[in-house]
Amino acid sequence: MVYMRQVGARVKRKEDPRLITGSSNYVDDFNPRGVGHLGILRSVYAHAKINGIDTSAAKAHPGVIAVFTGADVPELDRPMPHGEGETAGGQKGMVGIVTAPLATDRVRHVGQAIAAVVAEDRYIARDALDLIVVDYEPLDAVIDIEEAVKDGAPQLYDEVPNNTAYTWTRKRGEVDAAFAEAEVTVTQRMNNQRLAAISLETRGVLAQPDPLSGGLTVYTSTQNPHSVRAEIARTLGLSEIEIRVVAPEVGGGFGAKISSYPEEMIVAALARKLNRPVKWIETRSEHLLATHHGRGQINEISLAAKRDGTITGLRMRCLADLGAYPRDASVPPLTGMLMSGVYGYQNVDIEIRGVYTNTMATGAYRGAGRPEAAYYVERIMDVLAAELGIDPVEVRRKNFIPPDAFPYKTPTGPTYDSGDYNKPLDKALAAADYQGQRAEQRQLRAQGRYRGIGVVTFTEICGFGPFDSASVRVEPSGKVTVATGISPHGQGQETTFAQMVADELGVSMDDVIVVHGDTARTPAGKGTMGSRGLVVGGSALFKTLGQIKEKATKIAAHLLEASPEDIEFREGKFGVKGAPDRTKTLVDIAAAAYSGSLPDEIGTGLEATDFFAPPGTTFPFGADVVTVEVNPETGEVALLRYVAIDDCGRVISPLLVDGQVHGGLTQGIAQALFEEVVYDEQGQLVTGTLMDYAVPKPEYVPMFENDRTETPSPHNPLGAKGIGELATIGSTPAVVNAVVDALAPFGIRHLDMPLRPQRIWQAIQDAQAKAPAAAD
Amino acid sequence: MIPGEFEYYAPTSVQEAVSLLQQHGEDAKVLAGGHSLIPLLKLRLASPPVLVDIGRIQELKGIRRQNGAVTIGALATHADIEFSEDLRGVFPLMHDTATVIGDPMVRNLGTFGGALAHADPAGDWPAVALALNATMRLTGPNGERTVAADDFFVDLLTSAVEPGEVLTAVEIPVPQGKYGTSYQKFSHPASGYAVVGVAALVQMGADGACQDCRVAITGAGPKATRATATEDALKGQQLTEELIAQAAEQAGNGMDFLGDIFASESYRAHLVKVFTKRALLGAMQAAQ
Repeated sequence: MVYMRQVGARVKRKEDPRLITGSSNYVDDFNPRGVGHLGILRSVYAHAKINGIDTSAAKAHPGVIAVFTGADVPELDRPMPHGEGETAGGQKGMVGIVTAPLATDRVRHVGQAIAAVVAEDRYIARDALDLIVVDYEPLDAVIDIEEAVKDGAPQLYDEVPNNTAYTWTRKRGEVDAAFAEAEVTVTQRMNNQRLAAISLETRGVLAQPDPLSGGLTVYTSTQNPHSVRAEIARTLGLSEIEIRVVAPEVGGGFGAKISSYPEEMIVAALARKLNRPVKWIETRSEHLLATHHGRGQINEISLAAKRDGTITGLRMRCLADLGAYPRDASVPPLTGMLMSGVYGYQNVDIEIRGVYTNTMATGAYRGAGRPEAAYYVERIMDVLAAELGIDPVEVRRKNFIPPDAFPYKTPTGPTYDSGDYNKPLDKALAAADYQGQRAEQRQLRAQGRYRGIGVVTFTEICGFGPFDSASVRVEPSGKVTVATGISPHGQGQETTFAQMVADELGVSMDDVIVVHGDTARTPAGKGTMGSRGLVVGGSALFKTLGQIKEKATKIAAHLLEASPEDIEFREGKFGVKGAPDRTKTLVDIAAAAYSGSLPDEIGTGLEATDFFAPPGTTFPFGADVVTVEVNPETGEVALLRYVAIDDCGRVISPLLVDGQVHGGLTQGIAQALFEEVVYDEQGQLVTGTLMDYAVPKPEYVPMFENDRTETPSPHNPLGAKGIGELATIGSTPAVVNAVVDALAPFGIRHLDMPLRPQRIWQAIQDAQAKAPAAAD
Repeated sequence: MIPGEFEYYAPTSVQEAVSLLQQHGEDAKVLAGGHSLIPLLKLRLASPPVLVDIGRIQELKGIRRQNGAVTIGALATHADIEFSEDLRGVFPLMHDTATVIGDPMVRNLGTFGGALAHADPAGDWPAVALALNATMRLTGPNGERTVAADDFFVDLLTSAVEPGEVLTAVEIPVPQGKYGTSYQKFSHPASGYAVVGVAALVQMGADGACQDCRVAITGAGPKATRATATEDALKGQQLTEELIAQAAEQAGNGMDFLGDIFASESYRAHLVKVFTKRALLGAMQAAQ
């Protein structure tokens, strides 16, 4: 058989057959005997005092097992993650906010949990919710972030004046001088609208008493089982070994399933109280109401520049919507830290205020703070290019951080690991035939057609620590079990990791099983988020495989009666240097490892666990070229071409990288064109169903033309940078830039997202009313 | 997303269905493909105590062509219409419209009759039924009656189907001579329903002039509506792009418009004109 390396090959996903055939298990597929079904009563007001809760009729309803309010479960009354304030790792200046999983005296957003019913089935539970009477005293609500910070606005918390949880600032260089001396300045107010994650699988939790530990086993649809375990243990006053958290198949998370939720605490507490299994499956309506949202910012951004396009200063004043309770207040500062983009300007003055409003909390959502930064930077670059009359490509090149400047310390905070921004840009421009497209655009404009070309060059931060882990056990048969601390929920690391094991140990991918998402079966880990799965989890696996290989080499040397120094690993076998026929496979080595007859200095068995704590974060980057045509009669946008060149460092699994890029582009395009969570002035959710909230469908996007460059990261042994979020980050500004470029003949320099046809049509109407001849 | 309790009946004949509806009066709702009713039940926007599932009544199924008309059973699914060769020959409009409804799963279950009886203001079929001058056949406690499409769509989510009645079939006359049709739809990006949809039928006389035309609008207002001023401006005329564009400017005159976060009333009013023009141009080209 010809030996083939698996790393770098376009292999199909090991996960897919069971997922496509529906033969695997999600939380709702587990139905232990005696399970009680939980329903949650949620606030119908955005802001109200609760003067009383009458559960008597619900308790009397046939089939109801128990009804609980917050008063019945006092142990739940403690801060949820991110609610601890500055002293416990929150943002500077933040005071601690207790998110009571069941509100007792006040609600601050529509959808906040107030009471819980456990019943024999979920229909009874749902019926019983209608029988609970809550005595609300409505309070004035504030929904809009710009209103929320004004004096006299309704206050969510007495201890948080002007609803301002914190102000994050970064000032470097001589910004005031840069603006005072600038040859040109541009300023643009931009939004970054609120989005919902809409994972295919909603959230769901099943907790059941565990006779082994005396605690609980909790099945939950999470990205981060170890952190949920710690939170539940803390809430219930138990130790970690008394809680086992399992993330079975998880149907997507996109960041919204990173941190534990009130429902995980409620289900766990009630399973303990009732001493029986309790299950809650989030409905899609609840998902839209009570799973955290992402983005939600308004920003005013200014650039100071020279006439040749050199940027000399950046200033921004940003309001970030935290919603009613802190869920991840560290997201908006990430926007500030990434405001350098791929550019070398040194004078920056950034202020971001985290603001509470009477809406569902915001948190991480694919990109988490970095898409906002890339959007602002890449949009204002185009505004500057338009002001200067310079091609947007040239403005960008003029300001690139040069390839010899890495590691590069940005004025906004992070130190970039490696980069060469001309590489993907050159490749994207060539693939798109940028000059040809510009010529075609000029011709079409002469015919009254509105073709637009959007170009973006961008980076982001990935590969967060603090660590991750892997255990590798070579079984006596020579097959391999890997347990990883990350928790894939669609990413496909069962495939990527099997490719790595296949190459490192000389086994078939089919002989490798990758176990994840179970605190009882995996070493301590930090979950899957922030494009860290391969970068951190994969690096931990690589280190662990190194240990396995070291011992396997010793065993092979013993079996081949050679010295370990004379053993080399070649084409999947351990062999004696210079002796092609003297080799041992992992099967031979495993048999020896478990024979009980190896010398003491080698020892029995073949397994290892190791951890990887990254020395620094990684900064993947890329360049996109997008082509659109706007129909001025209706404002409809046709997405004609999408060229995306990404650099995520070394690639292990090209097919999976393509998948991440395709999905990521689609998600970012959807923000540009369709998606938006809308609340009305009273804080009622207008986009409360998928009839109103537009998730992208396949026919909304063109066939993607994507490719890559490879610039390894020095911060991990794989050289990987991460690809989970990069495409999303580039595609939102790329599409908006293209649409605004199409509208340039109307004198339009910017439009806020989402670029619904009506908004575009209205902008054209307004432009024509101002200058009727402009478009002719 | 969890419906309330209901009694469920699955009659096997129209007579049985009618007597069940009579027996339960206003408590009962007819269930066909379920693609409008079940979401309402799951959101508890409707909680009828009784569902009469007509899905097993054989006599309501099928598409038949006879005597210069096509009769479509109320239970014909959107997919039945999409893939009916008979229908495609005479009414490409039916096929074209079916393909822009929802997705294949919706089309495999949702029914033509259900969509008409539900009278969703954003449904596609009401505009098509009006443009093709369809006749609805109803059976109730007092026997059968027919209602012209022009009288069928009464108001928002209200059709001429009376309590106790079942829509059994829809009859569509096949126009004589040269004719063309077109359905032009501006879809909502979330629901896929029509923000504005316009169906047009153009019949050409021997002299090449527009002998008759019917234009119907859905999505824009509380109910599907004919654009009669536009029709009148074209009848008897030699059709040109300019004339159609002028006539389309009158589409939606006097209509009430709906507005939402995706499309305001004034934007819908504008779209009605644009899509009327597109539908008429399409129908004219098909007729030639």
